[in-house]
Amino acid sequence: MDLGETVEKTAINLLRLAVTELPKDVKDALRKAQREETSEAGRTQLKAILDNVELAEKTRTPMCQDTGTVIFYIKAGAEVKRLDEVENALRIATRKATVEVPLRPNAVDPLKQKNTGDNTGRNIPWVNWEIVPGSNLEITVLPKGGGSENVCTIGMLVPGEGIKGLKKFVIDALMKAGSKPCPPNILGVAIGGGADIAMKLAKKALLRPIDQPHPDPEIAELERELMEAANSTGIGPMGLGGKFTVLGVNFDYAVRHPASYPAAVAFNCWAARRATARIYQDGHVEYLTHRAR
Amino acid sequence: MGTYKLTTPITEEDVRKLRVNDVVYITGTIVTARDQAHKRALQLHQEGKQLPISLDGLAVFHCGPIVRKEGDKWIIVAAGPTTSTRMDIFEDEFIKNFKARVIIGKGGMGKRTTDAMQKYGGVYGAFTGGAAVLAAKAIKNVKAVEWFDLGMPEALWILEAQEFGPLTVAIDSHGNNLFEEVRRKAEENRAAIYRKLGIQI
Repeated sequence: MDLGETVEKTAINLLRLAVTELPKDVKDALRKAQREETSEAGRTQLKAILDNVELAEKTRTPMCQDTGTVIFYIKAGAEVKRLDEVENALRIATRKATVEVPLRPNAVDPLKQKNTGDNTGRNIPWVNWEIVPGSNLEITVLPKGGGSENVCTIGMLVPGEGIKGLKKFVIDALMKAGSKPCPPNILGVAIGGGADIAMKLAKKALLRPIDQPHPDPEIAELERELMEAANSTGIGPMGLGGKFTVLGVNFDYAVRHPASYPAAVAFNCWAARRATARIYQDGHVEYLTHRAR
Repeated sequence: MGTYKLTTPITEEDVRKLRVNDVVYITGTIVTARDQAHKRALQLHQEGKQLPISLDGLAVFHCGPIVRKEGDKWIIVAAGPTTSTRMDIFEDEFIKNFKARVIIGKGGMGKRTTDAMQKYGGVYGAFTGGAAVLAAKAIKNVKAVEWFDLGMPEALWILEAQEFGPLTVAIDSHGNNLFEEVRRKAEENRAAIYRKLGIQI
C-alpha cells in the first residue's frame, strides 16, 4: 500500500462525506427536536434545517456554504510505516477537495489578509496526532464553521468555586452566544490541564456521538444537567425562541494545577460535521461514520 | 402570524404590513452583500457615485456563497446566510440611502438597524443559518456579479430567486425585534437556571 496515496484518497472522501451528510446521531437529534419543539418559529427553523440536510444529502452538495476550517484528528497505530507522509497527503487532499466537492476557500493569511484560495496555508489543515497500539490509521475530519468558532470561550476560573463555577461559566457563554453559533448547538465542555489543554479537550469532545453519554455516570449526569439548563434559556433554534438551544453536551477533563481551574466551551453549530475512516494495513478502508458512496 | 409571498420591487407599503414572526417568501431580485460590499457601497454613495445596481425595493442578502462557473455561466452551489451583526455598523445608512426593503441574514441585528427599519420602512428576514442548499434551490439564476475583486464571498452577486425562504420576520418596521425579545426572556430565565444548578450569585 502507498500510504500517502491512500490517505489522500480517503481524506478527500471524508471531506465530501462530512460536508454533505450529517452523522446519524446528529440527524436523529434534529428530528427529535423538530417533533418536540413547542415554538412555532423554532419549528420553522428546524424544518428548514432538516429539508436542507435531506437536499444536501440527495444532491451531494455541502449542507452549509461555510465548509469550515479543516481540522484532522489522527489515531496512528504505532506499527504504521511512513507516517511522515500523512500530513502532506492531508494537505493535498484538502486542496483537491476544495475544487472537487467544492469547499469554500476559508484560509486567510491573517497578516496579509489574503485568502490562500485552497483551504491550506501555514498550520492549516491542523492535524491532531494520537499514537495508539496496532497497525491501523484512523482519520477523522472536523470541518468547523466560523460562526460557532467565534463564540468558543476559555476561562481561568476560581478553583474554590469548583463545578458550580464551571456550570455558571457554561450557561453564561451560551447566553452570551445567543443566536450567533447557529443553534441548536452541540457543546464540548472541558476543564483542567491548562488553557490550551482545556480547549483542545473541549473541541475533541465534539467528536463523540451525542447519543453516547460519557461512560462515567457522574459525568453523564453533569452533561444531562447542563443540557437541561441550556434548554431552559429559551434561545431556541437559530435564536428565534424555543426549547431546543442545544442537542447535546459532551464533557471531558484533565487534572489541574492546584492554583488553576481552566474551563473551555467549544460550540458546534447544528451542522455538526464529522467523518471518520480507518485504513487497514492491507490498504482496505472502512468508513465508520458514513456509508461510503 | 401569517405567510406572505412578496415579489420585487417590494414597496414600503408591502413591508409595513409585516410583523415579527410572519413568514415571508421572496420572488425576484436578491443581492448578496457582506462587510466589504457594504463598505464600498457607502463609500461610493458618499462620493456621489452610482452603485452597479439600484437596490430600491430589492432584498439584500448577507451571504458569501460558493459559486461554480460552467462555461461562462455562474451556478450557485451553496448560499446560506452569514452573521448579520457585523453589518450593523453599515445597515442604517444602507437602508436610508439605497431603500433596500428586506435584509436577509442570520442571528439578527441591533438597535441602529431596527430604528432605521422603523423610520424608512424595512424588515429583517431571518433565514436558517447554514441552510445553504435550501437557499441555492430557490435561486434560479445568477444575473450578474459585481465587485468580484473583493473575492467570491464578498462580491455582489445579483440573483434571481423563486420563493426564497422561509424567512422569519425577526425585525419589523414597527420597532419590534424578535431576537431582542428572545434575549430579554432568556435573561429573565437566568436567575431560575442558576438556582436550579445550585449557583449563588
